[in-house]
This record gives sequence, C-alpha cells and structure tokens, in this order.
Amino acid sequence: MEIASIINIGLGLILAPLLQGVINKTKASFAGRTGPPLMQAYFDIIKQLKKSAVYSKTTSWIFKAGPVVSLAAVLLALAIVPMGGQAAPLAFPGDLLLLAYILGLMRFFTVIAALDTGSSFEGMGASREVLYSALAEPALLIGLGAIARETKTISLSQIMPRAHFFSPEIVLVVAALLIVFLCENARIPFDDPNTHLELTMIHEVMVLDHSGPDFAFILYSSSLKLWVLGLLIIGIIFPSPAGSFWLLYSMISVFGLLLLAVVVGIIESTMARLRLARIPQLIIAAGSLSAFAFILVMR
Amino acid sequence: MSFILIGLSVIIAGGLLALIFCRNSQLSTLFGVGATLVGCLMAIIPVLKSIFYGNAETIHLVWDMPYGSFFLKLDPLSAFFILPIFVLSMMAAVYGKEYLMAYRDEKWLGISWFFFNLLVVSMAMVCLANNTILFLIAWEIMALSSFFLVAFEYEKNDVRKASWIYMVASYLGTACLLPMFLILGAGSHSLDFDVFSKSLSPSMAGICFILALVGFGTKAGIMPFHVWLPIAHPAAPSPVSALMSGVMIKTGIYGLVRILSFLGAPPLWWGWLLVAIGIVSGVFGVLYALAQHDLKRLLAYHSVENIGIIVTGLGVGVIGWSANMPVVAALGFAGGLLHVVNHALFKGLLFLGAGSVFHNTHTLKIDHLGGLVKKMPFTALSFLIGAIAISGLPPLNGFISEFVIYMASFQGAIEMSPNAAIFLISAIAGLALIGGLAAACFTKAFGIVFLGEPRGSAARNARESGFWMIIPMMILSIVCIVIGLTGPFVIRMMSPVTGVILGSIHSGEIQTASNWLGYITMGSLVFIVILAAIAGLRHLLLSGRPVENVLTWDCGYAAPTAQMQYTASSFAQPVLELFKFFLRTKNNITISDAYFPSASKFESHTPDIGSDGIYKPIIRTTTNFFRQLKIVQEGRIHLYVLYLVVTLLILLFWNMR
Amino acid sequence: MDSTIEIIMILLVLSDMALLGLSRLRACISIVSFQGMLMGLLVLIAHSSSMTPRLIIIAAVSFMIKGFVFPYLLRRGIREAGTQHESEPFVGYIMSIISGVVMLGISLWLGEKLPLLAALSGSSLVIPAALTTLFTGLFLIVARRNALNQCLGYIILENGIYTVGVVSVVEIPFLVELGIMLDVFVAVFVMGIAIYNINREFDHLDSDRLNNLKG
Repeated sequence: MEIASIINIGLGLILAPLLQGVINKTKASFAGRTGPPLMQAYFDIIKQLKKSAVYSKTTSWIFKAGPVVSLAAVLLALAIVPMGGQAAPLAFPGDLLLLAYILGLMRFFTVIAALDTGSSFEGMGASREVLYSALAEPALLIGLGAIARETKTISLSQIMPRAHFFSPEIVLVVAALLIVFLCENARIPFDDPNTHLELTMIHEVMVLDHSGPDFAFILYSSSLKLWVLGLLIIGIIFPSPAGSFWLLYSMISVFGLLLLAVVVGIIESTMARLRLARIPQLIIAAGSLSAFAFILVMR
Repeated sequence: MSFILIGLSVIIAGGLLALIFCRNSQLSTLFGVGATLVGCLMAIIPVLKSIFYGNAETIHLVWDMPYGSFFLKLDPLSAFFILPIFVLSMMAAVYGKEYLMAYRDEKWLGISWFFFNLLVVSMAMVCLANNTILFLIAWEIMALSSFFLVAFEYEKNDVRKASWIYMVASYLGTACLLPMFLILGAGSHSLDFDVFSKSLSPSMAGICFILALVGFGTKAGIMPFHVWLPIAHPAAPSPVSALMSGVMIKTGIYGLVRILSFLGAPPLWWGWLLVAIGIVSGVFGVLYALAQHDLKRLLAYHSVENIGIIVTGLGVGVIGWSANMPVVAALGFAGGLLHVVNHALFKGLLFLGAGSVFHNTHTLKIDHLGGLVKKMPFTALSFLIGAIAISGLPPLNGFISEFVIYMASFQGAIEMSPNAAIFLISAIAGLALIGGLAAACFTKAFGIVFLGEPRGSAARNARESGFWMIIPMMILSIVCIVIGLTGPFVIRMMSPVTGVILGSIHSGEIQTASNWLGYITMGSLVFIVILAAIAGLRHLLLSGRPVENVLTWDCGYAAPTAQMQYTASSFAQPVLELFKFFLRTKNNITISDAYFPSASKFESHTPDIGSDGIYKPIIRTTTNFFRQLKIVQEGRIHLYVLYLVVTLLILLFWNMR
Repeated sequence: MDSTIEIIMILLVLSDMALLGLSRLRACISIVSFQGMLMGLLVLIAHSSSMTPRLIIIAAVSFMIKGFVFPYLLRRGIREAGTQHESEPFVGYIMSIISGVVMLGISLWLGEKLPLLAALSGSSLVIPAALTTLFTGLFLIVARRNALNQCLGYIILENGIYTVGVVSVVEIPFLVELGIMLDVFVAVFVMGIAIYNINREFDHLDSDRLNNLKG
C-alpha cells in the first residue's frame, strides 16, 4: 500500500493551506462578515513566491536558512504522521520522537532567524516561543505515552489504528493535545495570528522581516504544521482501522481536519487571547491532563 | 595493549620535555602538542580494537605497594570512555597551541603543557586501572593536574578562588570513595577490581551505591554536588575547559558505572533515585544555564544538564535491570553511555568555540557580544552545529543518544508495572522539558553572541581565529554530523560495552535499537535531500530578481542602534520569571525619575541554590564549630608538647588496660 | 454502572485540578457547585440497584445544598465583599497544578495500600479520587490567602470524605454525613458572616493579615 501513503502525503501538500481558509471563514461568519475567500492562503503563497526579496543589512545566511530548514523539517514531519489508518511512509517504533524533535529543529531555526535580524520585537517573539514550546513538549510526549501504553506500541502508525476514542483516558489526551495544537500553531488563546501589534504576538512577530519566497515558505510550512499536528488529534478521534478502504478513511480524516479547523475558528471567535502570564499555566494544565491520562491508563 | 602503555609514556615524556624547556614557549608547546598527538594516535589503536571486537586485555606488572598492583585492564567499557578522552585531547592540544600562545609573554607555557599531558594520561589511567590503589592514585593525579590547569591565570583573584573550591570539592568526593572501596574489598586479600565480591548484603550494597553516587557524582557534577563545576570550568583556559567539561567529569560517570557492574543486579530504588537525580540535575542545570551572562559559565551549567541526561539514562537502565527487562536495561545504559561520547564531542566543540570568541574579543559577556557570524564565520558555523547537537535535535548526534534513552523509557513505560512506569514516564517528561529548555538556552547563546549587530567595540573589531584553532572545531563538528547519520552502526558498538555492565551481552536488544536508528538515518537523509531541494528552489526563484538590502523593520523606527536589540537577559527573562520559585533571581533596577531620562541600570543575578542554600550554611556551621576549637591552638610550644605527652599517656594507658 | 462512577471520579479529579489552577473566585464557586452536583448524582448512581426513598432524599438534599445553597451563600459573600480575585496566593497557580498531579500520584499509591476500602467501593479510582479531593481541600486552605478560598477548601475537603462514605457504605454514613454536612453548613454560614465582617472592618479578605489582630 505504498501508493496509499504517497497519496496521503499528496493530500497534505495540496490541502494544508485550505485549513487556514476554513478557520478564517468560520471566524468571518461568526463576526457576520464575508471574510477572505477560502483559497486566500493559496493566493498569498503564490503571490509571495512570485515576489523578490528584501533583506535587512543586519542579517546573515542564518536568516535565509531559517525558512528553508523550517519547510524541510515540516515536510519530513508530514512523512511521519499516519493518515486514515494507513501507515506513514516513515513509520517505525519511536517515530513520535522524531516528529517532536524535527518540529523542534524547525523552531530552533525560526528562532535564530528571528534573532538574526537584531530587532527587539523579533527577539521578544523568539523568547516567548522557546519558553512555551519547551513547556508544551512534555505535555505532548506524556499524552502520546499514555496512548502508547494503552495500545502497547510506540509507533504513531500503529497507535492510531488501535486507539479507540470512547474511553476517558483518550478524551483527556485529546484535550491535552488540542491545547498543545493551539499553542504550537500559535492560535488563540496563545497567540493572535491576526493582530499587527507586534508586542502581543509570538509566532507572527518572529517572521516580520521575511519577504518574498522566504515568506512563502514560512506560510506554507505553518499550514503544513497545522495539518500535521491536526492529524495527530484526528487520528485518535476518528476511527481509522488499517485495511482496504484506505481512500474512504483518508477522506474521513480530511473531513475531520476541516472539522477541526471549524472548531479552531469557533474557539478563536469566542475566546480572548490569554494574558502572557497565564499562558504557561494553560500549557501546564495540558501537561497535567496528559499525566492524569497516563495515570489512568497505568492503573 | 602495549601500544597504550607506549602511547601514554610518550605523552608523559613530552610533558616532561615541555617542563624542562619551559622557558621556551615554542619548544615546550611543540613537545606538549606533538607528544599528545603521537601518543594518543598510538594508544587509540588498541582502544578501537577493544570496542570493535569487544575483547578485554590486561597488563599486570609488579608494584611495590601494599594492596596495590599495577594492574591495567582494557575492556570495552574502559575503551569506550578512553576513546573520547584521546580524541578530545588531541583536538584540545592542537587548539591550545594557538590559544595559549597568546599568553607566551606572561606565562611559562611549558608548565601548563606538562600538566595538560599529565591530565590526559591520568584520565586514561583512571579508566584503565583495575586496582583500587592505582585507581585512586590516578584519580588524585587527575584532580591535581586539572587543579593546576584551572589555576592557569593564578594572578586573578577569582581564578585562585575557583581552583581552591575545585580542590576542596574534589577531595570531599574522594573522601566518599575510600570507605566505598574498603567495603567492596572487605574480606579479600587484595584490592584488585576482579576480586570484589558480588555478594554484598543488600544494605551494604546500598551503602556502597550511595557512597559511589556522592563520590563519583561530585566529580561528574550531579546536583547538588555540582557547585564547583560552574566556578572551576570557566576559570580554566578554553582548551582545558573543553577537556574538563568534555571528558574529565565523565570519569565520574565511569566510576559509577564500574561500581554498578561490581554490585550486581540492583534494587528498584537505585533506579528511581538515579532518574530523580538525573532529572533534577538536567532541569536545574539548564535553568541556571539560561540565567547566566557569561558564555563559559553557561556552558559549564550545561555540563550539569547533560550529566543529568546521562544519569537519567543510567537510571532507566538500572530500572530495567532490576525489573528484568533486558530491552530497557540495555538501551538505558547504551543511551546514557552514548551520550557520554556525544557530550564529549559537542561540549568540547562548544568550549573551543567559546574560547575562539574570547581569544578574539577578550570578553565572554554574552550581552556585550553580537554579530560575530560575519566576523568569525567558521567559529559561528561550528558553534551552531554544537548548539543544535546539544539541544538534542536531529540530524546530529545529540538526538541519537537521547532517542535511545527515550526509547528505553517508552518501552518500560508501556510495559512495566505502575510503580516503575511512573518513574519512566517522569524520565520522558523530564527529558522533554530539558530538551526544550536546552533549545531555548542555545538559541539564546548562539543568537545573542553570533547574530544581530555587535553590541560593543569588542565584538565590532573581532577577527576570525587562526587555522589551528579552526581545524579542531571543524573536525569535531564533522564527527558530530557523522555520528548523527551513522546511528545504527554506532549503537551496535554499545553491545559489548553494556555487556560489561549487565554481565551478559544483549546483542538482540541493541540490534532492535539499531534498526530503529536506521529509520532515523533514513529520515535524516531524506531531510537533507529535501533541504537541498528547497534551497535550490529558493535560489532558482530569486535568481534574476532584484534583492534589496535595507534596515531591519522596526515598526517604522528609522534609526535603531545596536543597544536596542534584545539581550540575553531579556531573552531568558520569561523563563526565569516562570521558575522564580526555584531560581530566586535577583534584579537590581535603577531608573532615574528626573524629568529628562538619563542613564538607567539593570542588573540581574541568579545565585546557585546549591552553594547558597546548602553548602554555605554547612560550611558556616562547620567553621563556627572549629572556631570554638581554636582555644586549643594557643601558639605556645610547651602547650603543644603537653598535648603530645597527654595523648601519648592516654594511648599508653589504653593499651595497658 | 462502574464506568459511570469512573467518569464521575475523573470529573471530580478534573474539577480539583481546575480549582487549583483558577484565580477567579466566581469560577471557583461554579466549579464547587459542579462538584456538589456530582456528589448528588454519585449517591444515585452508586446505589442504583437498591434505590430507596431515603437514598433519593439524601441525593436530593446534597444536590441542592452543595450544588445551589452553598454556592449561593458564597456568591453573596463575594458580592458583598466586592472581591473577584485571589490576589497573591502563597503557592503560585502553576505550582498548585503540579502539586495537584503529585497529590494524585500519592493518592493512587495510598489507594493501593487500602485494598479493603477499594474493594468495597467497586472501582479502583474512587479512593484515589476521594483522597485527591481531600488533599486539594487541605491544599487550598493552606495555600490561599483569601478567606473565601479557604471556605471553598472546607467544602471540597468534605466532598472528599463524602465520596468515600457514599460509595463504600450507605447505611451508617447517613448520620455521619448529616453531621459533617451540618458542620460545613455552619462553617460556611459562619464564614459568610465572617467574610462580610472582615471585609467591612478591614476592606479586604486577606485572612493572612488577621494575625494583626493579636495584641
């Protein structure tokens, strides 16, 4: 079934920017606006790809390497996460660690590229980003550990088909993963992707200085990151038994992701952004949810 | 095996020659470096053989020492610790040639080279010795020679103080080792390691374990015995710091592991104690590192952190051993020990990088540096590689060893009974937190030192270091990358090493890990291919388009200065604020409240809870106690004679009873 | 039935965690009210096989008192006092949440040491959850400055005891339970008055500063 996993990757590559569109549409409809078209993220990426670039005199090759490494890292991550019950191309025991750490590499380069500009705004974003992601990492791994103990496997591609959603432990893990998902993708209540008040932002402020193809890479890789981390949640919630109807289950997963995007849109429309001091608290709450789930599984 | 002896003799001889010609810096450097290179290259041959073929060799020479014997044993475990010692020593020596030359007008370099060579030999001897007396002598020579190296700039008050603290800590550690060896050797006629009984009663074994943990842990720098480490390592010249932080503290780990192999199958509590200590050392090490303003001090605290990771790995291994799960046991030890080598490589690399920065800017204050990536491209590149490796990120070597530890923990966490699984999942959580914070710390260190605009004249006028300083850093960087990409092969070498500890070779389990790492290698290679493709695409897209160079966008502010950049202190502030409950960072802020803003001042300082909270009170109490005893110290000779007489009489009566 | 109890226990633990992590008093009261309703439901579910009128009365009474009466009194208390937030707790919220996880772990361990009680209660989660609730109550009393939070602590503490009582044995605790509930009722009542008066006298609800009263 090699073809199936390749098609799954293809789906991710093509459909990932759509999630942004769905989120924005949902928010718009909550606010009673028409909102940007569903395909706006695609338009943005294509527009940026066509442009030329502007670089700050302060920056060095690190700044240019940042977006390239980010995109490469998230593409590798895409090859690790299974979809629709179909094993991912790069599935092996411990792939969840490679996933977590390759996203760590992506963050590392985003952060140093931000610091390369010498701008204090970007430094501010970078400083927050590293803190929050350091706190989110344990929540992610303990949560996955809980499901791993329940299913007795350590490979995402084997965990996903075996996890059955309707047990309290899994609900807790999903809640924790949702918080991690929002945090890692810099969504409300952690970060507001819309404001242009740099002081309040985390992720957006780090990429202020990128332009042209570099910025297109960044936009595309954050869409892909949304897709990849979303698949983690969807793979647990939606039944995805390994088997012959993989195309059907892949479609169900895509549907699930779109649904997740709607949920994110609803969260963003109904919640306010948290105060910075409260953000670690929420992430640690996610960690304790994961730990609670693990304790429940362990009994 | 004889190659090792010859090699070590060459190093010693070179050191002596350097000492003899100590007035001539050129000549003594030549002898010091040359002998280290030649000796290490010779001695490395049997070491490699032992690792690859997994065999043990011994040399037993007659030695006129009660209970002592010149008994050397090179088994895979020793070989595994000696290998990084030789590699890093060669690199540090080559690097030191140029680095120390800067001091040739002020110092007699021959003396330093003598101690340097002595340190190399004594470290190797510690790992080779198979007899308690020989081991302790090598151990003390190692401590002494590194003491003199730390005291290199003895005319500075700080340095003198640092070297004394190091000396005291070192002896306190050894004080725990003596009773431990006595317990181990009790009941046999010699103190050779081979005769140590494996049938100690559980309580005795427990005492031995605790003593080994404190004694060797002091050398290794686990919390809370780490206090000397962040003081002594920055005080030494950079090549020495690299050697101390990279390999010397690992002899503590070696001792601990060796003792574990004597004690036989451990109880569970050893495991969770090790995991707990490992996580505490790791998390606090990295938090303190984040709070530092001095680059080398930051790196020294990272040694505490990495020792924490290593000890966590050993703890996971011990838990697996006690629960009879060979996968967890073998992989826990394999991961922990592999991290020993990896840490030696990237920490050595980072210290050399920091030395290169200091060599050219004469400051290590992170907040005074900046923008060095343009001035010192090679140093920056290798420091970046070291930073990625130490943060445990793929595709470099740090990830490989952390992955193996993680996998051991995961295996245990999903299969073991709750009381063991809870510690393994804590190990996972701890490692994840440590990894995240380490990335935070090294984005700070690299980002503030090498990126942005120079924050002072020191950084503005910096130049790249010379060829002989660049070469070792480049070699170490390449080794980091190579190990990162050849994980499956590297891990297979661990099979005889863990065999020495566990008593039986678990090649099957190691092979499983090797298969997993095969996928990691595949993933890394795919990653590199994708990276190249995207870079190519970017180049293609930008070719022929006008690329502009302008000021950094600062929200319309037109004249940013270098002082407006984010500093290391501000970068770390949110983390420190979050953990202020433990760190107790003190901030001194002076803001003028005049109508027109004038100079304000901000200062932050994070005291080490280990020294301020634990050691200072103890030392104060002890000092006070002994101050009371000063009454007997009258300073009159006849009083002292009286003491002698009284003591003698008491002893006499005691015997006569 | 067991799985329903299990879910109630999980919700109980989660509400404990929420109480540890929240600073807004109004939200805390809502959660305590939610816990009270859970307590009422617990009686019904734990003994659904042998339903007697008396059980239904117990359930209804605790549902009403814990779910509505206490929260009403407390809400009135904060309305009159005019405080909305716990200002500076002795133990920060992040540390509180982490302590919550640790308390849960300890409770699990203790639960294993008390096999008899666990066997009586049917689910292995009941004793740990009850103990966690108890510890949370104690923790809030110790770690928070605000008199209202301490009052909440007492109620939660009682919920913990109640859980054990209800699930393990039914008949005897009726009296015991009534006694405890009465205690807490009085406590809440007295606290309500005290909060009002403390506030009127000192313009704040900081019980930490009550020690100024001693001569």
